Amino acid sequence: MIQEQVSVFVENKPGALSEITTSLAEAGIDLKAFTVADKSEFGVLRFLSDNPAKALALLKSNGWVASITPVVAVKMTDKPGSLAKVLKLFADNGKQVEYLYAFVAHEEGRAYVILRVDDPESAEKLLAASGIL
Amino acid sequence: MAYYQEEIERMPREKMAALQSERLIKQVRHAYENAAPYRRKMQEKGVEPGDIKGIEDIHKLPFTTKEDLRDEYPYGYLAVPLSNAVRIQSTSGTTGRRVVAFYTQHDIELWDDGCARAIVAAGGSKEDVVHVSYGYGLFTGGPGLNGGSHKVGSLTLPMSSGNTERQIQFMIDLESTILCCTPSYAAFLAETINDAGLIDKIKLKAGIFGAEAWSEEMRRDIEKNLRIKAYDIYGLTEITGPGVSFECSEQTGLHVNEDHFYPEIISPDTGEVLPEGGKGELVFTALTKEAFPLLRYRTRDVCVLTRKACSCGRTLIKMAKLMGRTDDMLIIRGVNVFPSQIETVLLSQGYTANYVIILDRVHHTDSFEVQVEMTSETFSDEVKFIEKKERELLSALRAMLGISPKVTLVAPRTIARSEGKAVRIIDKRKI
Repeated sequence: MIQEQVSVFVENKPGALSEITTSLAEAGIDLKAFTVADKSEFGVLRFLSDNPAKALALLKSNGWVASITPVVAVKMTDKPGSLAKVLKLFADNGKQVEYLYAFVAHEEGRAYVILRVDDPESAEKLLAASGIL
Repeated sequence: MAYYQEEIERMPREKMAALQSERLIKQVRHAYENAAPYRRKMQEKGVEPGDIKGIEDIHKLPFTTKEDLRDEYPYGYLAVPLSNAVRIQSTSGTTGRRVVAFYTQHDIELWDDGCARAIVAAGGSKEDVVHVSYGYGLFTGGPGLNGGSHKVGSLTLPMSSGNTERQIQFMIDLESTILCCTPSYAAFLAETINDAGLIDKIKLKAGIFGAEAWSEEMRRDIEKNLRIKAYDIYGLTEITGPGVSFECSEQTGLHVNEDHFYPEIISPDTGEVLPEGGKGELVFTALTKEAFPLLRYRTRDVCVLTRKACSCGRTLIKMAKLMGRTDDMLIIRGVNVFPSQIETVLLSQGYTANYVIILDRVHHTDSFEVQVEMTSETFSDEVKFIEKKERELLSALRAMLGISPKVTLVAPRTIARSEGKAVRIIDKRKI
């Protein structure tokens, strides 16, 4: 399924991440999955939440630079090779994965992989056609 | 005590004033007749060449600013037929802010004379090996000291800047005795030489250092570490280049070559000439240059002039070491940088005009950092996009400034704002 991921520019300095997560918590936004890409001087926090539009508006109004990107969330079967299968499918079809990260949904106890690709809709069609979704 | 042109350098005050008067009268007429912008500006002010009867009338003339020279790029202020000019030099290359200066052979001679006086004042003679590590090219540092050294008759090493290892090798092998470069490069050379344990092989006795401001503390460090006497030298391309003024053995200020370059101190706000000893903006008139006759050029450098007698025997008026600027120009690694240039680049690359410039001196070299606000235009969830934008910004800054800053991306909220726009300069260099 396609999810709206919020990305935020974070400087590498103490308290920056804490400040962002605290303001999201205070607004009652539930983080479902997140990852931080870190370079030596800055990082990019990317997360899925229950209300991406509200999260984006909140961050922007607090002066953070943030954006929304559609990403593909794929439910994984708990078997060896299930991630490899998805990645091979994309590779065979010339779809480049910019980055990916995983999370476990509590209620279901299932693992998800979030994939950032160029055209998430066509990626999703590909997944559906191959029977993975 | 040795002098290069003793008659001029020790000329009695009245005689110097008479010489300046005679030269100013002639120069004003030359500028008025041959350079349209001077004529126009004098007409606007209601002054005619005939109104200038001596040096005491100089205050009647209009000022010339860097903007004036830029506006007339390249030939507007040229006052001789182009065929009579033999050389062009240019201000430290900053796109869109360039000033080119023209020289006739006569202008080159007087420029070289100014540098020759500086070399002799630093103890130089035909027995010396003058090691010129200023850049050669459009920058006036290399050509100026090179010409001065020829005039003195010293053996001249036209090293130009860079390649420190080769600099030191030549210094040792050819027994350089006088080093000419920026003070920060001198300090760097000193450190490298000492780290390599080569100081005992160095024959330097003096250094002539300019093109950037430096402190007494830095002078003492360089003198101790290179075992030399370190002398300051001042000049601007617009006026001629280095050798407008120079230090003598007393090291308490710079003697101005006032037979060629007449200095005034004015209030930067009112333009009024201040009495001797007053602190204000330094203004120069080139009394003898043919191709590029400069009238009352506002340097934006803050300074004090004094006619107190000097133990070196020279009667040339002295200017103090520079005390600051009246504009926001920064001198970084010898290059002139205006914050407005950085702003132009940032806006053209999709960043905001909110930024912080942080300058420091690390290992005797200026460190130059620009903190830039991230914007939605330059942000992406993909790090490689952010880095690509950052690289583009860096090369645009390098193209504009001529030197490379370190760029640090920061979140918008981290740069303090006042009335929506924050430009801050944090200069930690001890000058």
